[in-house]
Amino acid sequence: MVELILFVILSAVVIGGALSMVLGRNPVYAAMGMLATLFGLAVIYVIQLAHFVAVVQVIVYAGAVMTLFLFVIMFIGVDKAQSMEEGLAWQRPAVLVVVAAIVAAVGGLVLSGRWEWITGDRITSGGQLAQIPEAPNGTIEAIGESLINRWLLPFEATAALLIIASVAAIVLAFYRPRRVSPATEDSE
Amino acid sequence: MDGWDFLLIVIRVVVIFVMLMITTLLLVWFERKVVADMQDRIGPSRAGPWGILQTLADGMKLFFKEQITPRKVEFGLYIAAPILATVPAFLIFMAVPFGRPFTLTLGGEPREILLQGADLNIGLLFILSMSSIAVYAVVLAGWSSGSKYPLLGGVRATAQAISYEAALGLSVIPVVMYTGSVQLSEIVEFQRANLQFLGNVIPFIPNWNLFLLAPSFVIFFIAAVAETNRAPFDLVEAEQELVGGFHTEYSGLRFALFFLAEYINMFTMSAIAVTLFMGGWSGPTWDGVLPALVSGVLPTFWFFAKVVVLLFVYVWLRATLPRLRYDQLMEFGWKRLIPGALAWLMIIGVVLAWRQFGNPWS
Repeated sequence: MVELILFVILSAVVIGGALSMVLGRNPVYAAMGMLATLFGLAVIYVIQLAHFVAVVQVIVYAGAVMTLFLFVIMFIGVDKAQSMEEGLAWQRPAVLVVVAAIVAAVGGLVLSGRWEWITGDRITSGGQLAQIPEAPNGTIEAIGESLINRWLLPFEATAALLIIASVAAIVLAFYRPRRVSPATEDSE
Repeated sequence: MDGWDFLLIVIRVVVIFVMLMITTLLLVWFERKVVADMQDRIGPSRAGPWGILQTLADGMKLFFKEQITPRKVEFGLYIAAPILATVPAFLIFMAVPFGRPFTLTLGGEPREILLQGADLNIGLLFILSMSSIAVYAVVLAGWSSGSKYPLLGGVRATAQAISYEAALGLSVIPVVMYTGSVQLSEIVEFQRANLQFLGNVIPFIPNWNLFLLAPSFVIFFIAAVAETNRAPFDLVEAEQELVGGFHTEYSGLRFALFFLAEYINMFTMSAIAVTLFMGGWSGPTWDGVLPALVSGVLPTFWFFAKVVVLLFVYVWLRATLPRLRYDQLMEFGWKRLIPGALAWLMIIGVVLAWRQFGNPWS
C-alpha cells in the first residue's frame, strides 16, 4: 500500500518533470524539470530495493551530466527567444508513427494478457505476482559479482566505447580544415 | 517494524538535526575566535561568556531582517536555491555513524540503537551523490539572481565542483578497496583493530586508514575544502572580486540558509574524513572499568574530538593561505590532484593484489 502511494506521487513527479522539460520555455527550467525526473526515478529504484542503481543514477545523471548541462546553458547564455523552427521536416510524422507503434504493441500485449512480456517473469500470465526472491542485504555485491564474472566482456566493451566516444569528441572539437595560407594560422 | 522502531527513526532524525544546528552555532563562533587569535585580535567577546552566543545573536538578527528581492530575479529558482543548499547538507550527515551502537529494551524486547541516521549499505556512495547535488544550490542561486557577480560566482562554482568531485571520488576508492566495504559502519569497524603493517600487528596503534592510505587522506581533505568552497578555494564568493559571489543578492533568512549550509558542509566533510581515515568513533572506552554510561558516551566524544581537530585545520587554512587564482585552481585540480589520485589508486591496486596472490614471479 505504501509502495503504491509512493509510486503514484513519484510518477507524478517524473511525468511532471518530463513535461516541463519538453514544454518549458526557459532552458534552465527545462533542465530542472529533467532533474526532477531523474530524481523521481532514483527514488523509484530505492523502493524497488535497487539502492545502488538509485545512487549511481543520482551521481552520474543528476550530479555530473545535469551540472554540465547547466554549465553550458549558463556559459553560452541562452536567448529566451530561440528559433523554434524545426530543421527536420519528417521528424514529427516519424515520432507519431513510432509512438503509435509502441502504444499498439504494449496495448496488444496487455489486452491479450501477456504481462510477462512487459514485466519480465515476475508476473505470470494470469497477472499473479510470482514469488519474488528475498532481497539481499545490499545490491552492490550482486551487481559487482555479475559485472566482473558474467558480463565482463560487455562491461569492458562499454568502457572502450566510452573512451572512443570521448576521444572522438575531442578530435572533432579540435579538428580544423586546412588553412588557405599560413598567415591566418599565425594570427590565431 | 512496529511503533517503537518508527519512533526511534524519528528521534534519530530530530537528534541529528538539532545536533547539526548546535554544532553550526559553535562552529561559527569557533572559527571567528581561532581566526581572531591567529590574527592577534580578540574576536567576539560580548554576547555570553567568551562571546559564545554571538552566532545566536547574529542568527536572530538575520531572522528578523527584511528579505530584499531584487527586481530581475527568476523568483521560483531564487527561492528554491537556499532550500536546495540546506537539504543535502543535512542529508549527508544521516549516513555518518557518530557513536557506538547500544542495546536498549523497549516495548519488551531488546533493540539495537544506532547512533547514525541510517546504516545504508551504500553509505559512501550516498554521501558522494548528495555532495554532487549540493552544487545546484550555488549554480541556481548565481543564475536566478539576474545579476552579473552572482552569475560569475555560479559559473565558477560549477567548474570547481566538477573538477574537485572527481578528485574526491578517486581519493575514496582506495579506502573502499582496502576495507572492502562502502558501508560506513563497517569501515569504522575495520579500523578498530590494531594496525597491521607488513604482516605484523603493531600494538597500541589503531588501524586507521590515515596511516596506510595517507596520500588518499591528503587528496580527500584538499578536495573536501574545495567542495565546501572554503578558503583557499573560495573563488565562488571571492569578496574582493565578486562582492559576495552567488549570494550577493540574498539577504535575511535566505542568506542565513546559505551560511548554515556552508558550515554544516564543513562539519560533515570533516566527519566523513574522520569516519573514513581516522577510525570514526573508535577509541579507548575502558569497558568494565568505567561506568557503562560513561564508556557508552566516550565513542561519541572521540568522534567529536577528532572532528574538531580537522575543523581546526579548516580554520587554520583559512587564516593562513591566500586565495588561489582561477587558472591555478583548475591546474591544481586537473594536473596535480586527479593524476596523483589515479597513480595512488594504481599503487594500492598492485599492493592489494600482491598481498592476496603473492609474488607475481613465484
